[in-house]
Amino acid sequence: MSAQAPISPDEILLQAKQVTKVYPGTVALKNVDFNIYRGKVNVLIGENGAGKTTLMKILAGVEQASSGQLLMDGKEIHVSSPRDANRHGIGIIYQELNLYPNLSVSENIFMSHELTRFGTIREKDQYAIARDLMRRLEQDIDPNTIVGDLRIGQQQIIEIAKALAQNVRILIMDEPTSALSNIEVEVLFRIIRELKTQDVAIVYISHKLDELLQIGDYFTVLRDGALVAETHAGAINLNWIVEKMVGRRADSLFKHSEHKIEQEILQVNDLTLPRVGGGYVVDHVSFSLRAGEVVGIYGLMGAGRTELLESLMGLNSEARGAIILNGRNIAGLDIKSRIALGLSLVPEDRQLRGLIQKLSVSHNITLASLSRYLRMLALSSRLERASVRYEIDELRIKVANPDDLISSLSGGNQQKVVVGKSLLTNPKVLMLDEPTRGIDVAAKGEIFEIINQLALNGLGVLFVSSELKEVMAMADRVLVMWKGCITAELQKHEISQEAIAAASVGTQTSPETNTTQEAIR
Amino acid sequence: MSHASISMRQDKAAKQSLGRDPRMMVLRLRTLIALFILVVIFAFTAPAFLTTGNIIILVKQVALNAILGIGMTFVILTGGIDLSVGSIVGLAGMIAGGLITEGLILPMFGVSIFFNIPLVIAFTLIVGMVVGLLNGLIITKLNVTPFIATLGMLYMARSAALLRSNGATFPNLVGSDLLGNTGFPAIGAGTLMGLPWAIWIMVVFIFIASFVAARTPFGRQVYAVGGNERAAELSGVRVNRVKILAYMISGFCAAVVGLIITSQLVAAHPATGNSYELNAIAVVVLGGASLSGGRGSILGTIIGAFVIGVLNNGMVLIGLSEFVQTGITGFVIVAAVVLDQSQQRLQRQLALQQATAQVLDTQQGKEVA
Repeated sequence: MSAQAPISPDEILLQAKQVTKVYPGTVALKNVDFNIYRGKVNVLIGENGAGKTTLMKILAGVEQASSGQLLMDGKEIHVSSPRDANRHGIGIIYQELNLYPNLSVSENIFMSHELTRFGTIREKDQYAIARDLMRRLEQDIDPNTIVGDLRIGQQQIIEIAKALAQNVRILIMDEPTSALSNIEVEVLFRIIRELKTQDVAIVYISHKLDELLQIGDYFTVLRDGALVAETHAGAINLNWIVEKMVGRRADSLFKHSEHKIEQEILQVNDLTLPRVGGGYVVDHVSFSLRAGEVVGIYGLMGAGRTELLESLMGLNSEARGAIILNGRNIAGLDIKSRIALGLSLVPEDRQLRGLIQKLSVSHNITLASLSRYLRMLALSSRLERASVRYEIDELRIKVANPDDLISSLSGGNQQKVVVGKSLLTNPKVLMLDEPTRGIDVAAKGEIFEIINQLALNGLGVLFVSSELKEVMAMADRVLVMWKGCITAELQKHEISQEAIAAASVGTQTSPETNTTQEAIR
Repeated sequence: MSHASISMRQDKAAKQSLGRDPRMMVLRLRTLIALFILVVIFAFTAPAFLTTGNIIILVKQVALNAILGIGMTFVILTGGIDLSVGSIVGLAGMIAGGLITEGLILPMFGVSIFFNIPLVIAFTLIVGMVVGLLNGLIITKLNVTPFIATLGMLYMARSAALLRSNGATFPNLVGSDLLGNTGFPAIGAGTLMGLPWAIWIMVVFIFIASFVAARTPFGRQVYAVGGNERAAELSGVRVNRVKILAYMISGFCAAVVGLIITSQLVAAHPATGNSYELNAIAVVVLGGASLSGGRGSILGTIIGAFVIGVLNNGMVLIGLSEFVQTGITGFVIVAAVVLDQSQQRLQRQLALQQATAQVLDTQQGKEVA
C-alpha cells in the first residue's frame, strides 16, 4: 500500500509512523508515514482534503493522532500541545494568519515567549531582536508598528519572523507564500536556504507546484488521507507530481455523459464585488449558463470563485451587476427570494455555511424548503418524512436514522445532505462550491454522478473546483478565474490541462480566448 | 476471533443510536431525575410539602419563572440573551397600573381616557412586545451584541417604569364602576376549577410555546439560527426577522408576568421584577439549553422552573436560612451546567468511537477481501 522510501544519505530528524486520525464522520489520515530530513526542505503535496494540514497539526501538537507514533532522532516523543511541540523545537507557520492585529510587531513575535527580567518584559531587547529579524527578512517595518496596519503580505512575513525568533529544529510552513509578492517569495526562499545550512528541517506545503520544484529536496505525496509516494528532488518533475497527486484512479470516477443543452437560464452581466481597501474581488464578471449544462469554474485560491457564487446567491450586499435568472433580474433580492426563484448554493465550507451541527439529518435536509410542509400552522411530519426519505434514497445517503445528529455522518454523506437540502428547493440553477472537498474518493464519484443526473434532468449546474481533473472531466464548459476576472472561457473541445493552468495564473496561451486580454493588465 | 464476528458486533454497535446508551439516558433525563429526588427529599423532611395548599402555592410561584423562561428560551435558542425581562415586568405593571389609576392622559385636550380591563391588558402586552422589538432591532440592525443591548434596555425600561409615577406606587388597582375598569385583581386572585389563573396561563403558554418551537417553521428556524446562523442564512432563513420575533416573544412573556404580579398585589410598584432576568436564565439553563444557542426545549425549561420552585419552596419549609438557600440555588445551577458539559463530552466520545469502529470495520473488510 505505502510506497518504499528511497535510500538516502540524509539523516531523518523526525519520523511519523503509521499515523491515523479519525474525526467524527471522517478519516483524515490512514496509516501515514512521513519522514522529515535534517537540513532539507521536505515538501508535502496533496489536493485539498488529502490530509496535509491534519498531519501538520499533529506534528505541531494542535491535534492528537488517533494512533501511530512520532520519533525524533529515533526516540519516541509525545506532542500533546503546541507547547510540547515548541519544546521539541517544532515551529509552524499556519496557512491562516495567527497574529494579534491589535498588538505591535515585536509583541506578536514574542507572544508567549516574552523576554523577561524579574517578570517584566524587556521591551528594548525584544525591539532589537525584532528589528534584526526584519532586516534579515529585508523588510522596512518598524517593530513598534501595529500588525493590523500592515499589508497581508507583510503580515505573513511577521508570521515567518515569529517562527524564526524561536530556535526551531523543524519549521513547518503551510502555504507560506499565498499572500506574498514575487520579491517577498525570493526573500523567503533565501531565508529557507539559510536555515538549511543551519541544519533546520523545513516542511513545506504549497499548491504552487513550480515553487515546490524550485525549493524542495524531498517530496511526499498524500491522497485521500493515505501516503502515495515519497521521493527526492532528482527523481521527479511536474508531471510526476500531478499524476501522483490526482491519481489515475480518479479518471475512472468521472464519467461524463452527453448533456442535452437547452435554453439560457442564467445570465450574469458585469458583476462586481469591491475589495476592502480598493480593487475588486469579483472584477466585472459576465457569463451565461444554459439549462442542462454543467459549467466548471477553475482558479487558484483567492481567485474570487467563492465570492462570485456568494454574490450570485445574495450573500454579499456590496455586489453590483445584473443577475438574470429565467428572464428576471434577481440582483437586489434577498436569499430567500432567490431560492424561491430557483437558485441554490452548496457552499464551500460545509461546517460553516452548509450544516447546522446541532440539528438532525432530517431537519437539516428540510431547512431550506420548510414552507412545502406547512399545513395550516404546523409542519406536517408526514410530508417532511416523505421528502427526507426521498432524498436519502435518491442521493444514497448512508444514515441509520434520519433523526440522528448530522455530525454522526461521514463527510461525504454530510455533503449529500447539503445537496439534498438544495434539491428540495426545486432549483433551476444549482451552484456547488468545491463539492468534493474533504470527502473520500468513492463519495466524490457519487457527487459527480448526482451532478450529471441533475444536468440530464435539465438543471443548470455551476461548480467550482480546484482540482483540474474534476473540472476537465465534468464540465461542458470551463471558466477560469484569476484575480477576480474570468481569464478564459473554454468550450468542451478547447479544454486542456495546459490551457486551464495557464489562464489560472493569468498567462494567455490560446489565441481563441481573447475575451480576457484586457483583463490582464 | 474471526473478522466476520468482530465486524458484525461493530455493525450492531454502529447501528445503535447514540441516545440508547444507558449513560446518555441518565444524563439526558438528569433534570427530571433531580426534580424527582428533590420532591422525595422534601416529602420526607417537610410534612407540609405535599399538601394541596402548598403545591398550589408552589406551582403559582413556578408559573412566573416558567412564563419568563418560555420567552427566554426562544431568545437563548437563537444564541442570544435577554437581560431586560425583569425591567419589562416592572414596566408592564406600571403601564397597567397607570392606565387603571390615571388613564391615558392627553394633555393637549386636557382629558384622560380610561380603558376597560381587556384593553388595559392588550395595551400592556403591546408595550412588552415593543420593548422586545427595540431589543431585536438594536441587536440585528445596529449590530449590538445581545448582552449589551438588553443590558442597556434593563436600565432604560426600569427608568421608564420609575418615570411613569416618579417612583411612586399605584395602589389599590380595583378600578371603579364609574370608569368601567373594574376586575383587574381577578387575574391574580381568580381561580378556575380550584386553580389560580396564573397556573392556567402557564399551562396554555406551555402548549402554545411547545407547539411553536417544535412544529412550526418559525420554531425550526429559531433552532437553525442558534445552531449556525450562517448556514441558516444560506438556507433562506430570514435570520434578523427570526431574532427580532424571539425578543418580541420574550417581551410579551415578561409583560404577562408583570400583569400577573401587579394583579396579585393589586398594586404596581416600579421596582417589581428586579433581577427576575437571572431567574429566567437560570431555569432555561437548568432545562438543558445551551447559551450558545440551537439546543434546548420548552419542556426542559418548565422542568428547570419546577426544580428551582421546589427547591426554594422546600428549603423554606424545612427552615433553612435564606443565606444558605441562595447558595444552594447557585450550586444547583452550576452543577447542572457541569453535568451538561459531561453529557456533551460523552456524546462526542460515543460518536467518535462509532466513527472509529466504522473505519476499522471497512479497513478490515478490505483486508479480508
